[in-house]
Amino acid sequence: MSATQATQKDPVLVVLQLTGGNDYLNTVIPYNNGLYKDNRKAVGIADSDMLHLDQAHAIPSYMAPLKKFWDDDKLAIMHGVGYLDSPRSHFRSMDIWHTCEAEKVGTEGWLGRVVREFDPKKENVVTAVSFGPCLFRALAVPNVPVACVSGPLEQYGFLPSIRDQAQRLKVLETFSHMYQPIEGSGVMEYLGTTGLDGLKGADILKVAPGRYKSTVNYPNTTIAQKLKGVAQVHLAGLGTRVFYCDHGSFDSHAGQAPLHAGLWTAVTEGLEAFMADLKEHNASDNVIVLMFSEFGRRVRDNGSGTDHGAAGATFVLGDKVKGGHYGEYPSLDANKLVQGDLNPSMDFRSIYSTILDKWLGLNPAPIVNGTYEKPAFLH
Amino acid sequence: MANQDDIALMAHLMRRAGFGATRDELEARVAKGYDATVEELLNPETQPPVDPYVLLRHQPAALLPGGQPPMGNVNYMYYLVNTKRPLEEKMALFWHSVFATGNSKVDNYDQLLEQIDLFRKNGMGNYRDLLLKIAKNPTMLFWLDNNQNHGTAVNENWGRELLELFSLGAGNYTEVDVREASRAFTGWTFETKLPRLPYGRFPWKFEYRPEDHDDGEKEFLGHKGNLNGEDIINIVVQQPACAKFICRHLYNFFVADEPQVPAWPIEPPRDPQAIETLMHAFRHSKCEMKPVLRALFMSDFFKNARYQHLKSPAEVVVGTLRIVGGYELPKPGYGELSMQPAYMGQDLLNPPSVEGWHTGKEWINSGSLMSRINFVASQIGNPDLPGVQAIINRLKAQGTKTPQQLVDNCLDLLGPVEVGAGTKKELTDQAKSWGEIRWENDADRQNAARRAAEMLQLIAATREYQFG
Repeated sequence: MSATQATQKDPVLVVLQLTGGNDYLNTVIPYNNGLYKDNRKAVGIADSDMLHLDQAHAIPSYMAPLKKFWDDDKLAIMHGVGYLDSPRSHFRSMDIWHTCEAEKVGTEGWLGRVVREFDPKKENVVTAVSFGPCLFRALAVPNVPVACVSGPLEQYGFLPSIRDQAQRLKVLETFSHMYQPIEGSGVMEYLGTTGLDGLKGADILKVAPGRYKSTVNYPNTTIAQKLKGVAQVHLAGLGTRVFYCDHGSFDSHAGQAPLHAGLWTAVTEGLEAFMADLKEHNASDNVIVLMFSEFGRRVRDNGSGTDHGAAGATFVLGDKVKGGHYGEYPSLDANKLVQGDLNPSMDFRSIYSTILDKWLGLNPAPIVNGTYEKPAFLH
Repeated sequence: MANQDDIALMAHLMRRAGFGATRDELEARVAKGYDATVEELLNPETQPPVDPYVLLRHQPAALLPGGQPPMGNVNYMYYLVNTKRPLEEKMALFWHSVFATGNSKVDNYDQLLEQIDLFRKNGMGNYRDLLLKIAKNPTMLFWLDNNQNHGTAVNENWGRELLELFSLGAGNYTEVDVREASRAFTGWTFETKLPRLPYGRFPWKFEYRPEDHDDGEKEFLGHKGNLNGEDIINIVVQQPACAKFICRHLYNFFVADEPQVPAWPIEPPRDPQAIETLMHAFRHSKCEMKPVLRALFMSDFFKNARYQHLKSPAEVVVGTLRIVGGYELPKPGYGELSMQPAYMGQDLLNPPSVEGWHTGKEWINSGSLMSRINFVASQIGNPDLPGVQAIINRLKAQGTKTPQQLVDNCLDLLGPVEVGAGTKKELTDQAKSWGEIRWENDADRQNAARRAAEMLQLIAATREYQFG
């Protein structure tokens, strides 16, 4: 093994889920297309409120931090992402993105499968760390441990309601004794293993905030604070390969303009701080961020917002990302729309396939349940 | 003073036939007697219903919540926490688990709540009547595409699930039966859905369209004729497989964990004799649910099944809230509270599919276990809540002093919870590290309350506590 190989860092994937259905048309604006203005009388972005990426596309000014990634060639924009017969239901759509099963209800999350590949013997219970209220389906596979941080990282673990820290440590010691899995005891054994995995994960993660020092100030938004948690764990060098976090809700049926602006300001400012933080610690070159939403929104607005649609935009950013456009912006022509929605031109599983194959070094087919084209958005 | 065994048995009954009860309630029920309590549970009309106007006054958006969580969940949680008819509400949850219908497609909590109300009103009545009502329920018709089931173009979704998931179970019919049943339900649809704006949604309404019904001859499970949907249901409920299927569901829900439903054609029941007992009551009463439930709750197999059932997230959350108290009215934070079962893997009113939730061991994963334990601990460890205060007062009144007493009395007052010898030893060692507790002065009492709250949290964190 050569010296460079020996010091090579493991590639890390950060997923940022834009929950609720982000409006593609107002995120990557086809500003020269007359049909955009025609269809967006109420929620269209004015020329003075957008930043041009090139001759055809712009982003709203409130997404300004993303423009810097674009100018540095570190932002890949995937166009027309979705899948056939999009159900336009939040929950079902999200499920399809999480399990890669569009026909039936899937039982395994695609990232849970990734974790199982990386750590089949469960040697590192923080191979995947999720920042959200619950275990996202994308990470759920039976017997695959995932650390789920639902509050501040400092409080992660069992029984944070015991506030006296010395007392809590004693109680957790008791907890670890009580959960010893006795082989052959069935459900009790399973509970024991699951409990101890959780305890071990908390023990490992709790060192992260202490080890962390940075000059970067994260905004005081929920998404920025989650990304700060991601940075803390990543910088602590705990062997975490998959991070997951979410922000929302992007479900802008009404009052879209201020809602969309607030959400994207928080997301892009958070990402700006996150990448600056990693850069400051020379820890950005092995991280990419995948940002997706379960669907885009209806082409024609409804007077103050937009309803559920089909195709959307997906973003990948990072040092090793080959910036640019991938795929084609679906046509806005009325006769090309499907029930008033943009017709997907790229299957979301092809983006996963590139990431699995070119970034994480895994065979994509068994993870995404099939073989898909692999857009070349990574160096 | 009630006998400990009576309390334990009553606690078991109330956990299963309801969502648990405070010690005060258990003692009152023991005084009335087990049999009388079963009868009261079986006859909910003797108790007042939940008052929806209180909900309306405190949380107007929860009354017709539309398609977005959490207002639909707030509405449902309010009923679960406040009901004085525990078995009525538990049976509604049972049928919601069997006739699993989800907001993921329906996108309309108004309609889902109406379906839950149908289960409340009919869940302990006749199963055949309930099946007919659910076959005409617009929410179900839409969920399983029967509005797309036409005389000229059959859609088999409802016809298939009626047989596979709602009555007989896989392996008890042929593909031809699915086809023929589906033909019989053609024309069973609902009035066109009207848009929600600007006055909110219009309620959906069943409609039979004779011109869209296939009037040809059909042959279903050996019966021939111009069968309609109602005929199909009448034939289905006569099948021995139907009694067996429903009774196994009841056993899994109320008595002890069975394998997941798809495994039933292969794996025999855990207690075949118990299923026989229930099936006998079901057939004898011609599908009346009350006699079946009575047979269940009065049986030895039920009484002996303490802690043989991994609590569902709804049981964890509602059971905790009913014991700690203070959640009788919707208040700020109720939305987040109503989402707790979802965080533990049971998104009420939105099951993952028509198969419903997988139960037993499958409730547990690394995320859900931590959510369960931390939620219960955050409530049970909060001495400001009236139910927790009541437990602490009892500990004091019992003169709880030694570590052993603290452990025993806390275990008793939280259940009684039955733990293994290993767990008991760990709890006791923990209590010993605190030394004896005293209640003489304010400082003592404060310290004692803190120790008690910590012990209660530790018990809530045990493996044994995950069972109900």
